[in-house]
Amino acid sequence: MTEDLPRFTLLQRLIHWLMAIGILSMLFIGVGMVSTVTETHLALVSIHKPLGVALFALVLIRLFVRLTSGAPALPAALPEPMKLAAHLSHYALYALMIAMPLLGWGMLSAAGYPVTLWPGATLPQILPESRELHTLLWNAHSALSFAFFALVLLHVAAALFHALVRRDGVFQQMAGGAR
Amino acid sequence: MSDPIRSSGRSTVVSLAVIALVVGGAATAFAYTAGWLSPDRLTPAKMTDAFAPPGGPALGHRRNHAKGVCFTGTLEASGGAAALSKAQVFAAGKYPVVGRFNLGTADPMAADGAARVRGLGILVRTPDGQQWRSAMIDAPVFPVSTPQAFFELLKASGSKEPDAMMSFAAAHPEIAGFGGWAKSAPFTASYAEERYNSLNSFVFTNAGGEKSVVRWSLEPEATPVTVSADELKQRGPDVLTSEITDRIAKGPARWTLVVTVANPGDPTADPSKAWPDDRRKIEAGKLTVERIEAEPDGPCRDVNFDPTVLPAGVSVSDDPFPAARSAVYAVSFDRRAAEAAHYPKSAK
Repeated sequence: MTEDLPRFTLLQRLIHWLMAIGILSMLFIGVGMVSTVTETHLALVSIHKPLGVALFALVLIRLFVRLTSGAPALPAALPEPMKLAAHLSHYALYALMIAMPLLGWGMLSAAGYPVTLWPGATLPQILPESRELHTLLWNAHSALSFAFFALVLLHVAAALFHALVRRDGVFQQMAGGAR
Repeated sequence: MSDPIRSSGRSTVVSLAVIALVVGGAATAFAYTAGWLSPDRLTPAKMTDAFAPPGGPALGHRRNHAKGVCFTGTLEASGGAAALSKAQVFAAGKYPVVGRFNLGTADPMAADGAARVRGLGILVRTPDGQQWRSAMIDAPVFPVSTPQAFFELLKASGSKEPDAMMSFAAAHPEIAGFGGWAKSAPFTASYAEERYNSLNSFVFTNAGGEKSVVRWSLEPEATPVTVSADELKQRGPDVLTSEITDRIAKGPARWTLVVTVANPGDPTADPSKAWPDDRRKIEAGKLTVERIEAEPDGPCRDVNFDPTVLPAGVSVSDDPFPAARSAVYAVSFDRRAAEAAHYPKSAK
């Protein structure tokens, strides 16, 4: 039954849901933009870069809020392996949220491309031009994007499992709604 | 009365089904977006593969325009195009250029005389931190109207079917323009005697926000001297590379950058169609090639001459090719960068 668990703060919930929409969009945009030679390619690329920067800014704010506000405890009745899985998957999500924009920025820098957010606005180059470095970062950005999507799916499945099957209030900690 | 445990069990099954549906639906949408469910989608990877000769691509090299030589020089803008585009590259001034003369072939060892198409790529940097990249060729028109048609052309020209090209030409009559040029245009024995054309159209936006659709060309200062195809072949496989190296060692070569402005109704979306000769032409500046460097040690080796790397004031038009070129050049770059170990270490 739904326990009356403490919730994430309103700010944390707001950032979470903003980033949820942003990250899901980003993963679809990323995999879509490299799959077509039509004008959609350029349109998606032009969203991918500024959205990536916005998500990077959001995750830094989020990390700060998390370190200052903390997170509400999981239900005491939740089995230990599920608690461990929850904690580990959240570390992984944070790591990906921080790493993906940096890898993308770095791989473009290493390829010598200007990182243009919109016409006239270009980010500085953060790495020297290098084929080897570009390849390393490109491979990481690509492989981790699929890992990220898989982890997001797992996260959604777990959230729904809490909401629909366990009905233990964990979903409401982030979703809000009636107690 | 229903059994509470059984009904709870049933609702758990329903809940699990809902979860499976949400996760499965998201995964399917992702797979669709990635093109995994659409084997007919023309992906950048497929287009890149289509350039490869039967024996496979030359590892570490560009997948097309694979043979080339680097140059550095300057673009001296006259300010003539500044009324059309607010980009700094068109404001009067001198800007450094990294470029590459190249041949339209997937074979980096091809004989210079064997290539019909010659190209020139430039990367111009301006003090405001922006870049203008352009890759041009000497053909006056592109063979086809759409990236899809270009993919089919690559397939047809690599096909073993004897009438593949015939049936392609029948389905794509626009190829006649390029075909006529390829058959009859005289050869020169120098990269410096060629005119290089953007072929694709782009949009210039000036400081007042007014837009014009343009194409551009580099017109050589050197007078073209015609040589026969046979004579060119006799001069050796690297005749163009050694000629341009010797020529620039003696003194710079120059081109005039000419911007042509479309009239309303001109075929801006179709690079296989030339615009009428009477269109407004503006001299935007001079390109000076000052130094030649072999590609393996040169500054152009790792440059992707992506034609969509544009400064503010220049943007893509309704021409579908720059988007396709950007997508495909990126794959070509990613692959050759990953194959760096296969690329010759040094020209010496």
